[in-house]
Amino acid sequence: MTPARMLEGAGEWLRGSGPQSDIVISSRIRLARNLAGFPFVNSANRRQCDEILELTRKRITGISEKRLADRVIWVPVNDAPPIDRQLLVERHLISRPFASAKNGTPRGVAIGNDETFAVMVNEEDHLRLQVLRSGMQLGEAFDQINRIDNVLEEHLDYAYARRFGYLSACPTNVGTGIRVSVMVHLPALKLTGEIEKVKRAANQMHLAIRGMFGEGSEAQGDLFQVSNQTTLGKTEQEILGDFQHTVVPQIVAYEHQARQLLMQQRTAQLDDRIHRAWGTLTHARVLGTDEVLQLLSHVRLGVNLGRLDAVDIRTVNELFLLTQPAHLQKLTDEAMNPAARRVARAKMIRQRLGAR
Amino acid sequence: MKRKCDLCSRPATHHSVEIVNGQKIEKHLCAFHAEQEGLTVKAQHQPINELLTNFVKLNAGVDAEPDESGTAGGQAKELACDQCGITYAQFRESTLLGCPRCYTVFEKPLGNLLERAHEGATHHIGKVPARAGVGEQRQEQLTRLRRRLHDAVDAEDYELAVKLRDELTTLEDAAS
Repeated sequence: MTPARMLEGAGEWLRGSGPQSDIVISSRIRLARNLAGFPFVNSANRRQCDEILELTRKRITGISEKRLADRVIWVPVNDAPPIDRQLLVERHLISRPFASAKNGTPRGVAIGNDETFAVMVNEEDHLRLQVLRSGMQLGEAFDQINRIDNVLEEHLDYAYARRFGYLSACPTNVGTGIRVSVMVHLPALKLTGEIEKVKRAANQMHLAIRGMFGEGSEAQGDLFQVSNQTTLGKTEQEILGDFQHTVVPQIVAYEHQARQLLMQQRTAQLDDRIHRAWGTLTHARVLGTDEVLQLLSHVRLGVNLGRLDAVDIRTVNELFLLTQPAHLQKLTDEAMNPAARRVARAKMIRQRLGAR
Repeated sequence: MKRKCDLCSRPATHHSVEIVNGQKIEKHLCAFHAEQEGLTVKAQHQPINELLTNFVKLNAGVDAEPDESGTAGGQAKELACDQCGITYAQFRESTLLGCPRCYTVFEKPLGNLLERAHEGATHHIGKVPARAGVGEQRQEQLTRLRRRLHDAVDAEDYELAVKLRDELTTLEDAAS
């Protein structure tokens, strides 16, 4: 693995490009797949897990590169130092439980194409395929993952049954095994207190709303992940279509409304938030992760609304990632305790924002 | 200060506000009635994992749906997968199945649960793998071979293990 190369910037998904990227940060699709003939990971013994890992690694790395993705790297997760695993979690390439699996289940991840594509082996399911892209690109993300799934299927026997579809360890993923999610930046809805309404509406539509790092994580930096929960009895296109034609346009329109309202009726307060955040980020000497994410959120809002032009959106987006603990320690090339990290974080932010 | 459950005198621990046809409906329920609501009222949607866990917990000790006969309930308790050995009770604890075969063995109780978890859906209508037709036979064949191979290794019968390994490789390679 090449963490050094990864540190040159954020992955494709945080580039701040792509349609509607002022609100939709990224589009993600994952497919849960299992191999026929093996127990699921939770009830497989070590030898079986080793076999699954080895068989899958051999197949994935054996597929001629162009067919799957350009430049695929394989990371044996068990051998990777904790900080490298944490780095992959922060980059949304592996899940938290996958990084920390206490019982030492043999596992690995294949990463390809500018980090837009990853396959975790031996997570909750034998394979968890993911495509992650910047902005609202669910259609493109689905085409990419579907193509990868088809190629893998030529080389691996998936567990599949006519009635239940793709068989998964947890029945909540069975059927299509698809999880469609978009990460949206909703600072105005948060400021106007309307975010709770969005959450309720989402629940009514059988959608889950989580924080930036998925299950169990708080919505830091006003970043929310919205994802489907139903995987059975709908086609992939129907699930995707719900997001493309209903869910995302509605959330985007709602956030735009809230932004307009703030600009028209709370101009001074809005500008105060934005410039206070900018002032703190460019002058503070000690900064924690949570505080930074909140400040970056307000700065991002300011840039997107044209009320702050001292920084470009890409730099702001990258800071959401580079200020995370593992990235910070990799960048400064030293392991630090939290107190030292807060000082280093403030310094790195000042440097990146061109302040002294 | 403390609000009581809308349906009994226990303290309300679950609060919800729903807007139905422009009408605001507030609900304040105790843990017991909130769980009941979660199962009986479709409009009150819960995150799927919560739903599953609640469903599983609520049914602990009650082994099958009321529409299944008492005997079916008794059987469900003992129901175990003939391939991975996981019992239905164990699945309820972990909410994870043991192997692909579990879906066949637990088809009936699972069907009810899936319906609740997936907006009433009972069947997959999405993508079908290109090799789905021959797939199911192959899946069984692969499972059988792998089990025999493991048994052979456990019994230290390496001659047989090598033979089975070759058979398995041939079968797997036929996929690619």
